Amino acid sequence: MTAISTSGLTKRFRGGQLAVDHIDLVVPDGSVYGFLGPNGSGKTTTIRMLLGLAFPTGGSAALLGVGMPDGATQVLHRVGSLVEGPAFYPFLTGLDNLARYDAADRTADPKTARTRIDTALDRVGLLSAAKKRYRHYSLGMKQRLAIAAGLLRPRELIILDEPTNGLDPQGTREVRALIRQIAADGTTVFVSSHLLAEVEQICTHVGVMRSGRLVFQGSLPELRRTGAARVTVQTADPEAAVKVLTALGLPDPRVSASPDRPAAPGIAEVSAVLGEAAPERICAELVQAGVGVRGFAVTSPSLEDLFVGLTGEGFDVGA
Amino acid sequence: MSVPRFFASELRLVFGRRRNLLLLAVTAVFPLVIGIALRLAAPHPQGGQGGGSGSGAAFFNQLAGNGVFLTFIALSSLLILVLPVVVAVVAGDSVAGEAGYGTLRYLLAVPAGRTRLLAVKLGVIVTFGLCATFIVSAVALVTGAALFPVGPVTLLSGATVSLPDGLLRLLFVTLYVAAAMAALGAIGLAVSTLTEHAIGAIATVMILVVASEVVDNVPQLAAAGPYLPTHWWLSFDSLLRVPVDTSTLLHGLLSFAVYALLFGSFAWARFTSADVTS
Repeated sequence: MTAISTSGLTKRFRGGQLAVDHIDLVVPDGSVYGFLGPNGSGKTTTIRMLLGLAFPTGGSAALLGVGMPDGATQVLHRVGSLVEGPAFYPFLTGLDNLARYDAADRTADPKTARTRIDTALDRVGLLSAAKKRYRHYSLGMKQRLAIAAGLLRPRELIILDEPTNGLDPQGTREVRALIRQIAADGTTVFVSSHLLAEVEQICTHVGVMRSGRLVFQGSLPELRRTGAARVTVQTADPEAAVKVLTALGLPDPRVSASPDRPAAPGIAEVSAVLGEAAPERICAELVQAGVGVRGFAVTSPSLEDLFVGLTGEGFDVGA
Repeated sequence: MSVPRFFASELRLVFGRRRNLLLLAVTAVFPLVIGIALRLAAPHPQGGQGGGSGSGAAFFNQLAGNGVFLTFIALSSLLILVLPVVVAVVAGDSVAGEAGYGTLRYLLAVPAGRTRLLAVKLGVIVTFGLCATFIVSAVALVTGAALFPVGPVTLLSGATVSLPDGLLRLLFVTLYVAAAMAALGAIGLAVSTLTEHAIGAIATVMILVVASEVVDNVPQLAAAGPYLPTHWWLSFDSLLRVPVDTSTLLHGLLSFAVYALLFGSFAWARFTSADVTS
């Protein structure tokens, strides 16, 4: 079964802007799915549609096999969520705020409410601050209270929208640990973020959004494989090296001043896509052609590079 | 089973908010002040004269003879502004306030259910209006009894009924006013679904009330009168006649029902189809 699936899910705002453009999400059961994309790429709008807060203008979505938004009242009690930051009444305590959300859940057992609330608060480390008013909470505590609200009952799926937004490094680490823990319990986690590092550390699957479109979806190793490995040669004779690489049929040869070694004047870096060629043969060909090889390497692009490649360098987000 | 729990939780929230308690306290102070002021202005209580077909002025004439009339004076005075403000605050805040705090998206993700949430909100508004109305009647009754003589009640039509009969009529008057406030609450709920700014919703409801009252007082616009939301509010004096003017009373209740239904449906249609973007 898939925890989340959408088909051609589309949202066009009344102003005409296409916020989400025919996306087909497949979030496998038990996965930790990182929903990546720059700010404004349509992640939150997608999440709002998944939770039945916003209505799609096209396509369909299903949570745990139940169609949304029509099935909202049947399925959402099996789904915990954090959408666009925490929201609670500032004049109520953390405990009272959670009790209020629990009271709104028609399928929650009132007899176990207090126990469940305490357990959730304990899980996020807020039990000692339970009777403090929400307005006196720090940003990190507010964020954790919102996660606690998502954990009031055993959930099959947790949807977290930018859960570490605005948190300090400690807070970020706490939230990350919490997500790992939730996933270890067998709960499917769908976490959106504009930070690749965050996703890379905890996710098994990723979906990448750009300007409302899902430009990549798959497991993390699959994403890595999409990056073409390049062969890099450091040499004082770049023209000759390019000639050899071209003769071997390697695509996209490039010459750049060796950035790693500013202390080596006259040395340039020549690179090309490795493709199916064997690196040792390239090296041998270079030497045979009389190219002085100072350095030779095969490099795979970092996830960061892949991410930027998929989403653009920035400042071109949205339309 | 689950609606009572949610309803009780929301009721606790609304009645636990300092702002709302302050509103109820202010509502309670008015009848007390009015009673004291009238007692000071008429230091020699004497048997009142019956008669008169107007409402407000007639109540004042009757008060000197019977403290029970302070309740009708208080209700008709507070109906102009104070009670509508109380209802407008709670109703205008109901959905818009949740949207403003962002708690609306979490309530819906719980899931509270859109229709169910709206029903609970309306229930809380109606309860709060009922409570405010009864506070006015209760405080006015106690104040009136303390400051003026109490006995058989001489009605506006001139007939005199026993005190228990008078109190029963007072109960119906209070319920009638509460029904008027419930209809206003439905209007407030509908307005509240249109915005994320509670204060905007509250102001809009108050403008509607005042505009309706102004139009109702322009003789040239008398034809529109019966259709205005505030037109029948003071018609509770129909209960203080023998025989009771049921036709006016039913017109009033029909008006409240139509307004409640109209704006309740509008609130539902809007709330169940709109994106929650807050």
